[in-house]
Amino acid sequence: MSTPSPSPCIEVSDLTIAYGSFVLMHDVAFTINRGDVFIIMGGSGCGKSTLLRVLMGLKSPAAGKVRYGDVDFWGGAEEQRQATMRRAGVLFQGGALWSSMTLAENVGLPLQQYTRLSPEEIREQASLKLALAGLAGFEEYYPSEISGGMRKRAGLARALALDPEILFLDEPSAGLDPVSARLLDDLILELRDTLDKTFVVVTHDLASLFAIGNNSVFLDAATRTMGARGNPTELLHNPDTNPTVLRFLTRGGSDEGKEGGV
Amino acid sequence: MGDSSPPDAETALAGIDDANVRELRLETAELGTWDTSLLVFLVQAVKRARARSLPVHDDRLPDGVRRLLQLAFAVPPKEGSQRTHTRLPFFASVGTIALSVPKSIRSCLEFIGEVTLSTGRLLAGRADIRGRDVFGAMQECGVQALPIVALTSMLFGLILAFVGAVQLTQFGAQIYVAGLVGIGMLRVMGAIMVGVVMAGRMGASYAALIGTMQVNEEVDALSTFGLSPIDFLVLPRVLALTVMVPLLTLYADFMGVLGGFLVGVFMLGLHPLEYWNATIQMVPFKHVVIGLVYSTVFGMIIALSGCYQGMHCGRSAAAVGTATTAAVVNAIVGIIVATAIITIICNILNI
Repeated sequence: MSTPSPSPCIEVSDLTIAYGSFVLMHDVAFTINRGDVFIIMGGSGCGKSTLLRVLMGLKSPAAGKVRYGDVDFWGGAEEQRQATMRRAGVLFQGGALWSSMTLAENVGLPLQQYTRLSPEEIREQASLKLALAGLAGFEEYYPSEISGGMRKRAGLARALALDPEILFLDEPSAGLDPVSARLLDDLILELRDTLDKTFVVVTHDLASLFAIGNNSVFLDAATRTMGARGNPTELLHNPDTNPTVLRFLTRGGSDEGKEGGV
Repeated sequence: MGDSSPPDAETALAGIDDANVRELRLETAELGTWDTSLLVFLVQAVKRARARSLPVHDDRLPDGVRRLLQLAFAVPPKEGSQRTHTRLPFFASVGTIALSVPKSIRSCLEFIGEVTLSTGRLLAGRADIRGRDVFGAMQECGVQALPIVALTSMLFGLILAFVGAVQLTQFGAQIYVAGLVGIGMLRVMGAIMVGVVMAGRMGASYAALIGTMQVNEEVDALSTFGLSPIDFLVLPRVLALTVMVPLLTLYADFMGVLGGFLVGVFMLGLHPLEYWNATIQMVPFKHVVIGLVYSTVFGMIIALSGCYQGMHCGRSAAAVGTATTAAVVNAIVGIIVATAIITIICNILNI
């Protein structure tokens, strides 16, 4: 599963995130390699989405470093952050499509802003990205006219608009039926293998995180720091894994076994 | 429970605190259908017993009740999660509010600064702004507001003329109604009428729109693409209102004068041409210009207030409601304050 020579893509060190004086998490450190499907997991309210917001440049950390390759993400100027973020695509929890625009315009807007493509070429691009996400023919629909699952797919199509190297997905399978969730997982793996993207996925969907994740970090709400990091399947089979993490990975089963058949 | 009818819940609970009680035995007899209110009672009883460390026996309760009861005590309340609502003393709460004022003024000034920088980018041709958005916003706040602006300002001209006529007729000076209505509308009231109508229409709409986008993470989505939300969402609306409110004011001026004209001709029996000539003679052109200055400022205030509230909206439906109200109230207060300031300046400059 892992790439032969891992090259770091995002490096996080000594990260502390706080809201005012309330420390949400401290001493978080991990490395995301190129071609990883990196899972940020943990119970509800442990700060998964907030950590993602820090990685995406929407919330500044209280302490610590985030490096994108050679770039010190939070140490530099805002312009630099914006330039870095242009290499990344984001799928928000609810899709966060711009509701006043059609799907094609949603996907086309970033292209319109950052490329010199003609309107026809932008349309072609948008149609292709929508088709990749399984939404061929829905170009002229507004976000309010399609289902939640389709909004997620459209959000993914928009995240792919600028052909980013890194994709951030915030709970991609939340609110989807099992079959749609599975299809989305397959799509993620497909994109990783064919277009060589790196994925950072926030999820607590066990089926999905075992299926797609090759690296992960577990955030523990009780200790407010990392509980574990590494390949989720290996964590499940490793007897030394922190019990909280094991409980999470086995849906609360008191002894490891049910899921992995250990 | 015995033959006699059981005591009511209050008495039974109070009985647990009796010093002679040594243990709590829970059992039911002739229990028909039950719901969670039974559970609420049992939980209270168990809590009281536990407070006195009495042993509790629940093995004779029906199976379902017992399981639910265990579930209710399965997860201990998280330490520190209980919110204590301490009421601050009067002066402390006044002080807290007073201390938050500089902070909100600062965030307001920051916002104005950001919009100014964004305008600078626009002039340099580097803003993330789409012509389509500007024209869409202009259409929404301009053309579509014509009927309501026509109605309100014409009626206002009418009212002004009526009120003035009562006094002026006593001196046989009905003709001065033309000057009263003309100067009143053109110099300030036309702008204020449009301002108030637009504060209600567009201020609220901008706050609700941008606020909802904030709730749906649409604003964040713009940021992650490196698109400035200020350039993309705020600037088109500020531009649209700054251009359209003065234009609407010209229209309102005309409608107001028309209202005064109707009163003059049909109620005071003035000749139409007489009224028209009197208006032209008594109302110098400078009043139109001053009215346009007022309205340009109003347009900016309304747009900034609506967009500011939208951009600083919390992430809930209730927050959108609060933001909408605040946008309208702030815009109207801002309009009145700006009117006072500009009036004083005009007075000093003698215009």
